[in-house]
Amino acid sequence: MRLSLVIWRQADATAAGDFERYELTDIAPEVSILELLDMLNAQLVAENRDPVAFDHDCREGICGSCGLMVNGQAHGPVDSTPACLQRARSFEDGDIVTMEPFRADAFPVIRDLVVDRSSLDRIIASGGYVSTATNAAPEALTMSVNKIESDVAMDHAACIGCGACVAACPNAAAQLFTGAKVAHLAQLPQGQVERYERVRSMVETMEEDFGSCTNFGECVPACPADIQLDVIALLNRDYARSMFRVSGDEEVRHKDRRDIPWLSRLRSGPWWQSDPDDQPHATS
Amino acid sequence: MIDLDQRRAVGEPIHDAAPTGDIRTLWDDHLLDLKLVNPANRRRFKVIVVGTGLAGAGAAATLSELGYQVEAFTLHDAPRRAHSVAAQGGINAAKAYKADGDSVDRLFRDTVKGGDFRSREADVHRLSEMSVRVIDHMTALGVPFAREYGGQIATRSFGGVQVSRTFYARGQTGQQLQIAGSQQLLKEVGAGRLTLHTRMEMLDLIVADGRAAGIVTRDMVTGEIRPHTAHAVVLATGGYGNVYFKSTLAKSSNVTATWRAHKRGALFGNPCFVQFHPTSLPVSNEWQSKTTLMSESLRNDGRVWVPKVAGDDRPPNDIPEDERDYYLERMYPSFGNLAPRDISSRAAKAQLDAGKGVGPLRNGVYLDFADAIARLGRKTMEERYGNLLDLYVDATGEDPYTAPMRIAPGPHFVMGGLWTDYNQMSNIPGLFVGGEASFNYHGANRLGANSLLSASVDGWFVLPWTVANYLAPRLGTEVPPDDHPDVEAAVSETRERVDALLAVQGTRGPDEYHKELGQLLMDHVGVERHADGLAKGMDAIRELRDDFWMNVQVVGHGQQLNQELERAGRIADYLELSELMALDALDRDESAGAHFRSEHQTEDGEALRDDDNWTSGSAWAPPGEDGRPIRRSEPLTFEAVPLATRSYK
Ligand SMILES: Cc1cc2nc3c(=O)[nH]c(=O)nc-3n(C[C@H](O)[C@H](O)[C@H](O)COP(=O)(O)OP(=O)(O)OC[C@H]3O[C@@H](n4cnc5c(N)ncnc54)[C@H](O)[C@@H]3O)c2cc1C
Ligand code: SF4
Ligand code: FES
Repeated sequence: MRLSLVIWRQADATAAGDFERYELTDIAPEVSILELLDMLNAQLVAENRDPVAFDHDCREGICGSCGLMVNGQAHGPVDSTPACLQRARSFEDGDIVTMEPFRADAFPVIRDLVVDRSSLDRIIASGGYVSTATNAAPEALTMSVNKIESDVAMDHAACIGCGACVAACPNAAAQLFTGAKVAHLAQLPQGQVERYERVRSMVETMEEDFGSCTNFGECVPACPADIQLDVIALLNRDYARSMFRVSGDEEVRHKDRRDIPWLSRLRSGPWWQSDPDDQPHATS
Repeated sequence: MIDLDQRRAVGEPIHDAAPTGDIRTLWDDHLLDLKLVNPANRRRFKVIVVGTGLAGAGAAATLSELGYQVEAFTLHDAPRRAHSVAAQGGINAAKAYKADGDSVDRLFRDTVKGGDFRSREADVHRLSEMSVRVIDHMTALGVPFAREYGGQIATRSFGGVQVSRTFYARGQTGQQLQIAGSQQLLKEVGAGRLTLHTRMEMLDLIVADGRAAGIVTRDMVTGEIRPHTAHAVVLATGGYGNVYFKSTLAKSSNVTATWRAHKRGALFGNPCFVQFHPTSLPVSNEWQSKTTLMSESLRNDGRVWVPKVAGDDRPPNDIPEDERDYYLERMYPSFGNLAPRDISSRAAKAQLDAGKGVGPLRNGVYLDFADAIARLGRKTMEERYGNLLDLYVDATGEDPYTAPMRIAPGPHFVMGGLWTDYNQMSNIPGLFVGGEASFNYHGANRLGANSLLSASVDGWFVLPWTVANYLAPRLGTEVPPDDHPDVEAAVSETRERVDALLAVQGTRGPDEYHKELGQLLMDHVGVERHADGLAKGMDAIRELRDDFWMNVQVVGHGQQLNQELERAGRIADYLELSELMALDALDRDESAGAHFRSEHQTEDGEALRDDDNWTSGSAWAPPGEDGRPIRRSEPLTFEAVPLATRSYK
């Protein structure tokens, strides 16, 4: 099979980019979209031309590194499949295949098809975890979890962090990604303690970088982990609830307590839990 | 005759790698001996952690939580993408949640035996003990381990053991553990306590005044090369299995970090111990980029066979029952299709060598589900293996429900790595190693589901304690300044190496070299090895390396995102490592676990250990002045698990 690849080339973050067209022949139908790029790059290198930069790693659909727009679709023509597992057999002999980087303000282009998706990690860093100190966990069986609920948590936890949902969204919103993490942890007993602080903080961080969700639903078919819109419903519901919960106010009330010297001992806890720099240095 | 002494020198043995005492209380006793750092003093220490996989993320997050200044580095764009994410099957732990006779001591024994008596007993016992804490911790972090209907955590039996001790999260155990780990790392980033450097590749280790004092990195986006100094360095950079080019590993897996540390003096342990997975996808075309792992669980219901006659090109379903050789069932009646990985891989290789390979390139064997489908029905098979089989259909265009699947052995896991003592510290003071990058738990063969375990144990439950022990007496010492001569030398040597790669301006891209090297290794340092082949392999590797430095072509320049340059650097290191792999395999004149020397087999074709001469680990020092790498031996003793021969008949 032969294909014409029309690929976005951009030397670096500041350069203006443009499309270039390349011809590929002798393509086996089971070759993946990333292997098409391997084939092209071997050809380019042989001609001493710059190969196409693209992110990839596991090549088996789990690391979330790969990601590009293929004929305007995130990851490629087949729904719910990452680029590394999309095959040339989706195309007809002689087709023109356009490849572009994921487009979103939150994903600046680094080079060619490589974009910077660290905005997704900023969302996680703002609350997408359970705070448990190492060595502090209780025996695992002390927490029973209903099998169905655990399976549902696993459905949400399957997100590979590729960012295709953002790229597919006309608003470049990250609700599906954020919702998947919020829903995963909200589904499990371990996630309850920080549930509302988590969602509030993650949504606020998300809104700094990403667009707003207006329920187009384009994200779902693009998602290789088959994350469903119900996570966005849960995200919105938990976020709304977090507004009504008093936990924020409690923090304020806690801080606003009158400063009665003899009581401060009871309120601040033992000295070794406060800022180590305030303490006399002891030798180890 | 091959004169080994021309190829390697023998150095002093290593004797004091682990404390001695009652193995059951050794780790607890050792904890009492480890020195502590006062909480108030921890932020006066800076620790570098390279790698954010299970091992690296655990160590970095915990050290940061404890109050140390931590800088974490990954060549990926996000910590979550480390290759731990790809592990499917599960993680072992001696929880004994089923009344099937499992215990800490049994996991210990299985691991020592599985490693064919080439690992350190003390370390393996600690691994088994801490396995229990790993499951508690990971559950608390929100890992959705599979559950029973009663709400308890489910387990399954895995990889040729008779107890049910493997914990799993669907077919994505590694992903779930890895995501939990990277979330903890990001929690520390969000709290402003930990600095994370993504798309930053470590290209050298800084050893100043005899101690590990930092690393040299290249910013993969801007090309900037610079030093980062610290009081201690942890390497958790994963395995080098994709030195074979086609493997079950990710494309960016590499040996650069550990190899550069080796060049600075760190001993490299057992480089030739490589596990081949019997159920990976065979290569079906020139452009196929890897031999993706098809889960081992398929062997529970599939039967492995090849045609009895070499070169039989009939479609599989046209080959009558009595013209098929179900060779695993024939050779290993009690384990049959579930024979351990190394045995299955070797048996498959023997069939391929006998010309009985199947598929367009004759490089696979059949894994047949016809009997299971007849017995259990297609629906049950879909429930059990649906996703895996779909993946196969997609990758090959063939339907495993109507015709047998093709599988082949593929490089999968390296037991070898940087040598460490019981504290996971290499022979360079201040250089710690954890996870697949180190060498101490798995001996000559790794038990399935034990490496997620070792990476987790190192990261969360060993390194935070042992790194503190190293730092404690060093309170008040400063990290070397950037203009320290050792720091400057490391930086300028790194620049020179990068410039040298760009300067060759040859005609062959790095990938071409990688493919050729991979083939050489498969041929000579693969599933089966013998002295002549290894010697030939060493020479061929050396020639290929010389050719690389004359003819490699790296398109583009260094001050940009340049993936060709990244690859070229990693392959340059692979071209050096692979010669040591061949040398180690040649030097180790016995068969053990996954290291099968065809000269050393029993009458039945089983691996024949030489316990009198080789009950030891090999720790290689970089070449001395005469150019020969120096092998040091660490004698191993087996007291809790007496030496015995494996039998899977
Ligand atoms: C397909 C597959 C399936 C597996 N299934 C199982 C299983 O079911 N059970 C099991 O127990 N084990 C399994 N394993 C093995 C197990 O997954 C690995 O051994 C383990 O995850 C390794 O973890 P790690 O933390 O040591 O390294 P990794 O997770 O590989 O992490 C390496 C880290 O180092 C970084 N890095 C590497 N080099 C550099 C450099 N030069 N500079 C900067 N950063 C660098 C990477 O970016 C990454 O963050 C499987 C392995 C494979 C390949
Ligand atoms: S939700 Fe789906 S599309 Fe979005 S990052 Fe996760 S896996 Fe990718
Ligand atoms: S390369 Fe890992 S998901 Fe595609």
